[in-house]
Amino acid sequence: MIEVSLHKKLMSANGEMKLNTGFKLEKGEFVTLYGKSGAGKTSVLRMLAGLLLPDEGRIAMNGTLWLDTNNGINLPPQKRNIGFVFQDYALFPNMTVKENLLFALGKKDKSVVDELIELVELGNLENRKPQTLSGGQQQRVALARALVQRPQLLMLDEPLSALDTEMRISLQDYILRLHREYELTTILVSHDVSEILKMSDRMLILEEGNIVKDGKPDKILLSKDVSGKFQFSGEVIGIQKQDFIFIISILIGKDLVKVVADEDEVKKLQIGDKVLVASKAFNPIIRKLP
Amino acid sequence: MDWGPIILTLKLALITTVLLFIVSIPLAYWLAYSKWRLKPVFETLVSMPLVLPPTVLGFYLLVAFSPSNDFGRWLNEWFGLQMVFSFEGLVLASMIYSLPFMVHPIQSGLANLSPNLREASYVLGKSRITTLFKVLLPNIRPSLLTGIVLAFAHTIGEFGVVLMIGGNIPGETKVASIAIYDEVEALNYGAANSYSMILFALTFTILLVVYLVNGGYLKRFWK
Repeated sequence: MIEVSLHKKLMSANGEMKLNTGFKLEKGEFVTLYGKSGAGKTSVLRMLAGLLLPDEGRIAMNGTLWLDTNNGINLPPQKRNIGFVFQDYALFPNMTVKENLLFALGKKDKSVVDELIELVELGNLENRKPQTLSGGQQQRVALARALVQRPQLLMLDEPLSALDTEMRISLQDYILRLHREYELTTILVSHDVSEILKMSDRMLILEEGNIVKDGKPDKILLSKDVSGKFQFSGEVIGIQKQDFIFIISILIGKDLVKVVADEDEVKKLQIGDKVLVASKAFNPIIRKLP
Repeated sequence: MDWGPIILTLKLALITTVLLFIVSIPLAYWLAYSKWRLKPVFETLVSMPLVLPPTVLGFYLLVAFSPSNDFGRWLNEWFGLQMVFSFEGLVLASMIYSLPFMVHPIQSGLANLSPNLREASYVLGKSRITTLFKVLLPNIRPSLLTGIVLAFAHTIGEFGVVLMIGGNIPGETKVASIAIYDEVEALNYGAANSYSMILFALTFTILLVVYLVNGGYLKRFWK
């Protein structure tokens, strides 16, 4: 379990801002930090990583103090054993894919490197330099490198924002797979509603440096209307023509839903669009799952 | 023609460059990353040799190291170092004189690297020293090469500082640029021309190599 309380004056685009956050994370949780740019999301991650010192704060990881400004405790990033994936990947250009991972490993057993390379399917690229890889491939390297030291906490700072939709969906799957495989506690910074619904167990909404909402993503994001209407928001991930109609595949939460549409409706849609799927006239059937 | 001054010039440039490289890496690292308020003062000091007449630098070094002065005497008594009119003195003066040419490329190379590289290395548990040698320096190789070569070439070309603090002692402080001046004064234009041609060709070749390497023109031969 991680207990966090952080306070710092930050200079944001709109002038001075006071960051006041406090939260607890359970082991194995997948949490998304959501909020406008400048709300303090990246600062929270950097403070957790030890890259930024808060004016006042306390971080306890399973009872070990990483930070306690009242008692002058501040573990450097080197001692916190965390995985951190940067927005620009931050791969070392002078090393190959495998060397990047081996550098992270130090003197430990090398089998974890091979295992990770296999998990993110980089075997045929392991001797390439990062500059020669596509954005999605670089991100997979960054992800694998962050996990080489078997951290308990993985932090991802908008890792997928620079990728196109297909690549993003495939990387989301890699991240989820690694999250489960390595029993990680993961914090993701994301703006993307469908990504949050698909990936996270819980979300924190940050506004002007304060956590204004904390809860299950579907409850927070989908509770706009409680009039009994049946509605979900999702993302279009496929459009297929079948005879005279079209089948639109929409990712809602972690589930794929197929919806029938006619040609006029399809004209306005393309892959990656955020859509609302709603129905008024029919009554959904509810059955208890075994 | 006497090759002594040319060889002495190359020896001086080589020793100066090696020592300067060792000194400049920590200095450039500090200048690139420190947030200390007094840093601009030190940045200015490092850059001073760019604008200061070499004779000014030579004059103060001469005064400071003179054996009639407390500091000069102390150096002589404790370390047996005679800095004035000696090769050692020339090395030190050249190091100060060429300092910005080594420090500036390394400093800007480090400052232009994405800060995330450094932080990624720290998060992976690597110390500052490991990060410097395994991540930062290997990724600014062109800057390192530029610094080394500029410092070397600049030392070959120095005149004023040498004249002030080194004088004209054959085999000790009579470097090529001094020898040229000497020959011209004695109206030996032929000898002056030989030295000048050698210096011209030498510095041209050195600079050409930097541009070829940093421009990537030589890569196809290496790979």
